[in-house]
Amino acid sequence: MSTATTSHDQEAFNLKEWIFTTDHKRIGILYLIGSMAAFAVAGMMALMIRLEQAQIGAQFIETGTDYNEWLYFHGAVMILAFLIPGLTGFAANYFLPLMIGAADVAFPRINAFSIWLFYFAIVLALLSVVVPDTPDIMWTGYPPYSITTEANTSFYVFTVHLLGFSSILGAVNFLVTVIYMRAPGMGWNQLNIFVWTTLAAFILQLVFIPVLASAVTLLLFDKYLGTHFFDPTAGGDVLLYQNLFWFYSHPAVYVIFLPAVGIMFEVIATMAKNQIFNYKVCVYGGIGGIVAIGGEVWIHHLYVTGMPDWLRIGMMISTLLISVPVGLVVMSLWGTLWRAAITYNLAMMHAVAMLYLIMVGGLTGIPLAMTSLTVHLSETSFIHAHFHFIMGLFSTYGVFAAVYYWFPKMTGRMADTAMAKVGFWFNFIGINVTFWPLFIIGPQGMPRRYWNYEMFPQFENYHVVATVGAFLTAIGIAIMIIGWIKSAISGEIAPANPWNSKSLEWTHAANPPGPGNFLTPVTVADDWTPYDYNK
Amino acid sequence: MKLKQLLSVLNGVAITLLFASPAFAEGGGIPDTRADWNELWHEVLVDITVIGVVFIAAAIYMLIRFKATSPEQVGTAKRLSTANAIGWALIPAALFMADDLYLAAKGWTVWGHQRTVPENAMEVKVTGYQWYWEFEYEDGTTTEELKVPVGTPVVLRMTSDDVIHSFGLPYYRLTEDVMPGRITYIWFNPNVAVETLVTCREFCGNSHSEMTTVVEAIAPAEFEKWLAEEGAEG
Repeated sequence: MSTATTSHDQEAFNLKEWIFTTDHKRIGILYLIGSMAAFAVAGMMALMIRLEQAQIGAQFIETGTDYNEWLYFHGAVMILAFLIPGLTGFAANYFLPLMIGAADVAFPRINAFSIWLFYFAIVLALLSVVVPDTPDIMWTGYPPYSITTEANTSFYVFTVHLLGFSSILGAVNFLVTVIYMRAPGMGWNQLNIFVWTTLAAFILQLVFIPVLASAVTLLLFDKYLGTHFFDPTAGGDVLLYQNLFWFYSHPAVYVIFLPAVGIMFEVIATMAKNQIFNYKVCVYGGIGGIVAIGGEVWIHHLYVTGMPDWLRIGMMISTLLISVPVGLVVMSLWGTLWRAAITYNLAMMHAVAMLYLIMVGGLTGIPLAMTSLTVHLSETSFIHAHFHFIMGLFSTYGVFAAVYYWFPKMTGRMADTAMAKVGFWFNFIGINVTFWPLFIIGPQGMPRRYWNYEMFPQFENYHVVATVGAFLTAIGIAIMIIGWIKSAISGEIAPANPWNSKSLEWTHAANPPGPGNFLTPVTVADDWTPYDYNK
Repeated sequence: MKLKQLLSVLNGVAITLLFASPAFAEGGGIPDTRADWNELWHEVLVDITVIGVVFIAAAIYMLIRFKATSPEQVGTAKRLSTANAIGWALIPAALFMADDLYLAAKGWTVWGHQRTVPENAMEVKVTGYQWYWEFEYEDGTTTEELKVPVGTPVVLRMTSDDVIHSFGLPYYRLTEDVMPGRITYIWFNPNVAVETLVTCREFCGNSHSEMTTVVEAIAPAEFEKWLAEEGAEG
């Protein structure tokens, strides 16, 4: 591999160049740093929540509101400032242009504007911890509570606005990039699965974010300008908000889920040295099907709000039918392992863990899809464990797998160390120890968002176990992040293509790629695919 | 107006189908929705456990069986023929869809029980406040805990005075949100004498996790006596 390309590595570090950069790779790194910082703070909050719940009665809090503020912060920051930007910001920015052989995204300056908005949003989100009257409205911000509370709902609204604006700009940018900037010769059926899943995620963002923005804007008007959109005493309706909110926020689950699926495919195909099993069915039936059905299931978040029977039954059926496209994606994942030649490393360990997480998280969604079971499971710790598996853990492991898989690409060094393996096992065992007890006590009646469960003394031991699990996970993640920093500075120098991948970012670009990405313009042959291993 | 008509037609169709479903052909007796829920939950658990075990076992087998023996080794999967590709799409899709529809039919039947209030049900009005519950009986008596006579189905007509709450009855396997400006209902069948919990299941602020009370099913005679006493006090 040629090293003649100009590389950022050869230049001295220059903060101003990083702040004003329009290079998609540097913007990707900035997204990674920002979202990991948000992850770290929101993760600490999770530990405090678990410590508070470890025993019956108040441990650290003075009033329930303290606890509610932690819950708000943990949920809102993890979803808005870590999961979405970690996947569609970091991974898509750095690797999507490389995968399609493009020199950059279509609108680099708009891309730079997106990352600025994202940083403003993170600052705003983090400030919400220290302002007086910290928001205590949960990440869903349901009125009338979010309107009648003393708390600073505006921080929530403006964080959503900034991130939404940033995401819409990103979505337009990446859709144009994929449609118009693919390397000459690259047809739609030659795209990496990660490119497809990212495309799907951005389509969902573009279609649905404006609805969320409208919901929170009406909330802002109701709270501060005296309007009554959600106030029933003046003819408003509290459920209008929930409908608007979940009309976006259910598809948002796929915005988080799909890019993680894409990363999983990249890692598994590369490490298993196999073509993707049933590629076209996976893309058009699986990923396309999720996009098509994903917008018609939001009522399952409103199963216990007195919605009409026909709507609840209708959306029970559409929600159950999501298992068909997800099932096709799962068939492709499993099929790609058939007659493979698997090499294990940190990226692959995370991808294998994701096979387990997608199963447990996906299958526990089936009882929740059924309105007749959700009338009891609603707002119990069963739901809490379910969405942590499928959204929180699955997609977080997607980010971690991406970092290990592309670490040599980003830094020129390897992050696969013995310590990193230790960290992985702490993390993986920890998540199971944390969330399985919650799966068990949920159907027995343990409600979500309760710091005080003295009416259920029989659950205390389960909460102790879950708290121990959270700390195991935290140890694992700390080992991992320290490992990343150490490896970025002094890790073993990576070979040009350490995993012998066939994807363009590995075969045609340096580690790390310089400005413009490729020394010579990339073209691909008609029969080229990024998964061309079986020859 | 047209949309409203369409919705009312759809609702009519749903309700007709609901009553045409096998649940209502059984006839006689008040359904025990707690038992219904437990049975459905058990069936779904078996269903998802079987699927999960099959897939995870297959993954573990392949992950061990197809481990590379040298770094240069590549996979030997063949490209699927068109017929195979379609088969590998349609057969799993048909299986998943069959399972979905089977579960949906089961769920629909139980839903029919859960949403159809028996004719002889006793009505109690429930109002949620930050952070307590208030119950109002048919004779106007108001209380802060719910006592019901064993053997009489109870329908709760619920609303909220401030923010959204949710009336969770874990023992009876029921929850429904309690909202200002809207009235929702649930019904349950207290067929044995038991004292159980009510918990708030929708986040409602500072004392959300302390918004609990009890629901006690007691002998009918005892219930009449209690209600008269409460009424006299109130």
